[in-house]
Amino acid sequence: MAGAASALFLLDIKGRVLVWRDYRGDVSSVQAERFFTKLIEKEGDAGSQDPVGYDDGVTYMFVQHNNVYLMTASRQNCNAASLLLFLHRVVDVFKHYFEELEEESLRDNFVVVYELLDEMMDFGYPQYTEAKILSEFIKTNAYRMEVAQRPPMAVTNAVSWRSEGIQYKKNEVFLDVVESVNILVNSNGQIIRSDVVGALKMRTYLSGMPECKLGLNDRVLLEAQGRSTKGKAIDLDDIKFHQCVRLARFENDRTISFIPPDGSFDLMTYRLSTQVKPLIWVEAQIERHSRSRMEIVVKARSQYKERSTATNVEIELPVPADATNPNIRTSMGSASYAPENDALLWKIKSFPGGKEYMLRAELTLPSIVAEEAAPERKAPIRVKFEIPYFTVSGIQVRYLKIIEKSGYQALPWVRYITMAGEYELRLV
Amino acid sequence: MSGHDSKYFSTTKKGEIPELKEELNSQYKDKRKDAVKKVIAAMTVGKDVSSLFTDVVNCMQTENLELKKLVYLYLINYAKSQPDLAILAVNTFVKDSQDPNPLIRSLAVRTMGCIRVDKITEYLCDPLQRCLKDDDPYVRKTAAICVAKLYDINAELVEDRGFLEALKDLISDNNPMVVANAVAALAEIQETSSRPIFEITSHTLSKLLTALNECTEWGQVFILDALSKYKAADAREAENIVERVTPRLQHANCAVVLSAVKMILQQMELITSPDVVRNLCKKMAPPLVTLLSAEPEIQYVALRNINLIVQRRPTILAHEIKVFFCKYNDPIYVKMEKLEIMIKLASDRNIDQVLLEFKEYATEVDVDFVRKAVRAIGRCAIKLERAAERCISVLLELIKIKVNYVVQEAIIVIKDIFRRYPNTLSIHSPLSYESIIATLCESLDTLDEPEAKASMIWIIGEYAERIDNADELLESFLESFPEEPAQVQLQLLTATVKLFLKKPTEGPQQMIQVVLNNATVETDNPDLRDRAYIYWRLLSTDPEAAKDVVLAEKPVISDDSNQLEQSLLDDLLANIATLSSVYHKPPEAFVTRVKTAQRTEEDDYPDGSETGYSESPSHAVDSIASPPATSSNTPQAVGRQPAAAPVPDLLGDLMGLDSDNNSNNAIVPVDEPTIPAGPTLPVVLPASTGQGLQISAQLVRRDGQIFYSLLFENNSQIPLDGFMIQFNKNTFGLAAAGPLQVPQLLPGTSARNLLPMVLFQNVASGPPNTLLQVAVKNNQQPVWYFSDKVSLLVFFTEDGRMERATFLETWKSLPDSNEVSKDFPGIVMNSVEATLDRLAASNMFFIAKRKHADQEVLYLSAKIPRGFPFLIELTAVIGVPGLKCAIKTPSPEMAPLFFESIETLLKS
Repeated sequence: MAGAASALFLLDIKGRVLVWRDYRGDVSSVQAERFFTKLIEKEGDAGSQDPVGYDDGVTYMFVQHNNVYLMTASRQNCNAASLLLFLHRVVDVFKHYFEELEEESLRDNFVVVYELLDEMMDFGYPQYTEAKILSEFIKTNAYRMEVAQRPPMAVTNAVSWRSEGIQYKKNEVFLDVVESVNILVNSNGQIIRSDVVGALKMRTYLSGMPECKLGLNDRVLLEAQGRSTKGKAIDLDDIKFHQCVRLARFENDRTISFIPPDGSFDLMTYRLSTQVKPLIWVEAQIERHSRSRMEIVVKARSQYKERSTATNVEIELPVPADATNPNIRTSMGSASYAPENDALLWKIKSFPGGKEYMLRAELTLPSIVAEEAAPERKAPIRVKFEIPYFTVSGIQVRYLKIIEKSGYQALPWVRYITMAGEYELRLV
Repeated sequence: MSGHDSKYFSTTKKGEIPELKEELNSQYKDKRKDAVKKVIAAMTVGKDVSSLFTDVVNCMQTENLELKKLVYLYLINYAKSQPDLAILAVNTFVKDSQDPNPLIRSLAVRTMGCIRVDKITEYLCDPLQRCLKDDDPYVRKTAAICVAKLYDINAELVEDRGFLEALKDLISDNNPMVVANAVAALAEIQETSSRPIFEITSHTLSKLLTALNECTEWGQVFILDALSKYKAADAREAENIVERVTPRLQHANCAVVLSAVKMILQQMELITSPDVVRNLCKKMAPPLVTLLSAEPEIQYVALRNINLIVQRRPTILAHEIKVFFCKYNDPIYVKMEKLEIMIKLASDRNIDQVLLEFKEYATEVDVDFVRKAVRAIGRCAIKLERAAERCISVLLELIKIKVNYVVQEAIIVIKDIFRRYPNTLSIHSPLSYESIIATLCESLDTLDEPEAKASMIWIIGEYAERIDNADELLESFLESFPEEPAQVQLQLLTATVKLFLKKPTEGPQQMIQVVLNNATVETDNPDLRDRAYIYWRLLSTDPEAAKDVVLAEKPVISDDSNQLEQSLLDDLLANIATLSSVYHKPPEAFVTRVKTAQRTEEDDYPDGSETGYSESPSHAVDSIASPPATSSNTPQAVGRQPAAAPVPDLLGDLMGLDSDNNSNNAIVPVDEPTIPAGPTLPVVLPASTGQGLQISAQLVRRDGQIFYSLLFENNSQIPLDGFMIQFNKNTFGLAAAGPLQVPQLLPGTSARNLLPMVLFQNVASGPPNTLLQVAVKNNQQPVWYFSDKVSLLVFFTEDGRMERATFLETWKSLPDSNEVSKDFPGIVMNSVEATLDRLAASNMFFIAKRKHADQEVLYLSAKIPRGFPFLIELTAVIGVPGLKCAIKTPSPEMAPLFFESIETLLKS
């Protein structure tokens, strides 16, 4: 089962090696480049290819970011999940360092890139990917390196995500509860899938090594404590915690306790698969008058309480690729034709609950198609929105206790927001 | 924080290397550092800067950490090409390994371990010993990995110096990161060693489970992967382990989750209490579902693994089928895998919803995905008897959309459904076989894919008695009989016979005459011919017997195409999260890393120069130039007489219909790595004919042995495996000396193979010809037939040289009627030397030469197996087109073949 990467490659969009780090000396860059260029040549777009490929005894795994491909090569039966995830983490680290990871930023920083690749992976085994701590001892500003560096304690500590001795004048924590609603409605108007993915996003500005404890209205916990859970408690399907949370402790008594990293991170994510009423319902009626003209009537209805308001609502309505001369009228907001997406884009700045708005559009379709032409790409209607001060799940942060040995008082700020995730309604 | 390193990539007008050399030796620190950066930049873009080795190494002794790292990086890259100079660096390495700064200490051991030069390795031992006991955990964790590096280079050294014991001690280290790396190193060493080195006792188990809570996410993966090999003593211990691992399911890192799942599944095998098992299944479901919200690449790995998990524990995700519904923006590789799992989870309870989804997918734009969706409907029909009719209705609705490839795929699928339910579709349903067939027949004209055509013809033949105009329908295909692919011809033949047996009227009688005539006299295809003869004989001797044979009840099929064998599944489940679980193949099938000892020959790293591609280490010895007879891939060829390839019954096996029982055939596909790249071969089966499979092949002679050099390229969307090959009777009796060994071909990959051949195995009678008919089959596709041309040249043996006297004697002893000659007006002989070289390369040996006017006359000899000599006389004027070739041989009927070959040889 043991296995590790032989080399890690950073390739440009054409599949040429920009920088590579050889960990085991058994895969050459020529070999890897040959594999990858062949792959791109065949399909033109590596994004549609299986991310795991095999050629001449070597397994290649890759991910894409902007105009750069990151790829590992291996001759062993290595852990595919771990290596692919590692590549994504490498992207995160590079982004932290260079703001954006792209061909140019790699060239501009190749010295640091080599240093990072040396530190993040050893002999093909992922080692360390905490960007914040890495930047304490691998710096881009060369002259600062003159000071003899030591590896921060954190690199090998049990608390590997936070360095000691952090100081803030004002100790604050910002906690954003962000819920994304994913929904899939089929052409019969049936909801075939709906779930909510929530994230507790934290930004911490805390001194020292603070011990935090978070309380949620988690039904399991409240029941265990013998409290009444009427109406307020929620069931979370699957919870995932940042590595700072003590998992064994959570398993024992459902307490969420942790020493947070400095700065922003996702403390936890959770999923709710209970059926929720679609927050914004969109219905489209499409009438084709003759072969050259079509009329679309769209109704959008908000199905949440009147005191909530959705903002930045964007409804993307797919239209045939050859549509021209759109004549659009809306009862609210503005709509425009986005030919690059083959869609009409209807934007509504503010959409209060319990309202219904309409859009009418007329389009001409100049192209003549064969009777038995292949079907057109059937894109669904897609909706984007944000509803502040509201969560679908009803999750509540009951408390966030922060205890540090210096005894300072820290202020937690909590915010709730719901937004559309993959919100798709298939057209008839 | 952006840097400006790109300036180092710019080149100067003056010679780059001398300029860099000067700068590297500058008295100014900054200038030296800049120069090293330029060197590294040059190295990055693939320029060879190895000549600066001494100058760069001179910069190694520096307080500047950044500069030091760059020099180290340079050393990793070039030490191998300059092993003698690398020794210069040793002193600094040893000194650095005792530096007060732990960063530098660990950097020194880490780098030394990466330099695969014996001279350096010797000096690594002492620093490594110290670093394994270093006070700083950062140094210890680096040293732990370094032991694995050293083991890879020199295993003996590691064992002699007691590093293994030191590494085992690190398992009890108080630092979790050190423990994790020690585990990773030990697990790897164990993998390459046959001795038990890293055995997990219950004591280490509990230590590692404790460390699990504290180490980094990557370290947790190392530990979980290593622990999943642990076999618990009993159910109680298994439960205890599981209890301590389950919290990992809540980890944000998907790799940790998958490795935890692996470990839980392993231990579950021992747990007997159904309650506990049920409870664990319930616990694992949500984390598995959540993996589908990860990045698409991770989703892909997760889906491949879920595919395995639901085969073992179908209940885990029985209620979660909706999460596998495809999203519009899912990459195609994710959609394909989701579809596979949807089929596995489809049940009578959810089939309606699933069918709605499949129908939706079948109208998307990606052709491969659409086809797979249509196939999925068929597989559900075969799996769920009660849903079969609903599946057929959906298929019929899809046919009405009249998208060509959907129609063809649907017909293939309906054929399978008919084979599963030959008579049992409910009679109450509005769907009768007649009405279904009627709908299918509407699309008859649009069929252009062989498989769809063959399926349609099969349906017509099978249900001929229920179709009024079956004879007309079949007749419409008969006109084009000679042009149809073999697959369709075979089905047409059988269907016509079925029709005749079911409706022995005049029309079918005439048709059968036409078909039998076409299939016996007019065809070159042996399978078709043999089958036609059998039918013919049957029909003419005993029509009742013909009925019993042709209309016999067929075994009912089931859909097990994607079910893995239990033992393989066990193996794969133990490898969850690894490549093995992604490929659905045991590690041995693709792992090519071999023990270091065999790798010393290898010298890759062309570093910009054109020394060629490095071959995989296991094949480094058998690249094309060296004798392939010693290659590990063709063991049959070595040291013993090539055994006769068994000739299986051409009729039965090649059709693949009842090929399940060919286990007693010697044609057993074996997965093995293939031959590395070689010369281009002529395409014998273009991808357009082979449904994406392209085969290029040529007979070649290497070291006295004839090989069929093959290149398989899989341009289809599905992995292909189980390749087998069969040769039809031919003039030379060429046959495979052993089974074809081609590994599973994933889409987009290719494999080369040198198939050793034997002669005189299945000799065809009749006048000699160069035709070589080949059939290749695999588990996924129909049998492919193609013809190749045999060049006589490959038969010329190495012992064909004759003494002058013998030559003259033989020439005289043969009657003049044995002399044949031919003129080649198009061939120019530009030089005698070159021509002779070329002929000699093909085992035609020079005997003598004379001049006749301005003509050169050359005499050569050659021999084919079983001793037939060829005496050759070539006459030509140098530089002038026109060459006359006369040969004298005991078997003059070979002459045309000889001329054909020599023409190709001299023309090219």
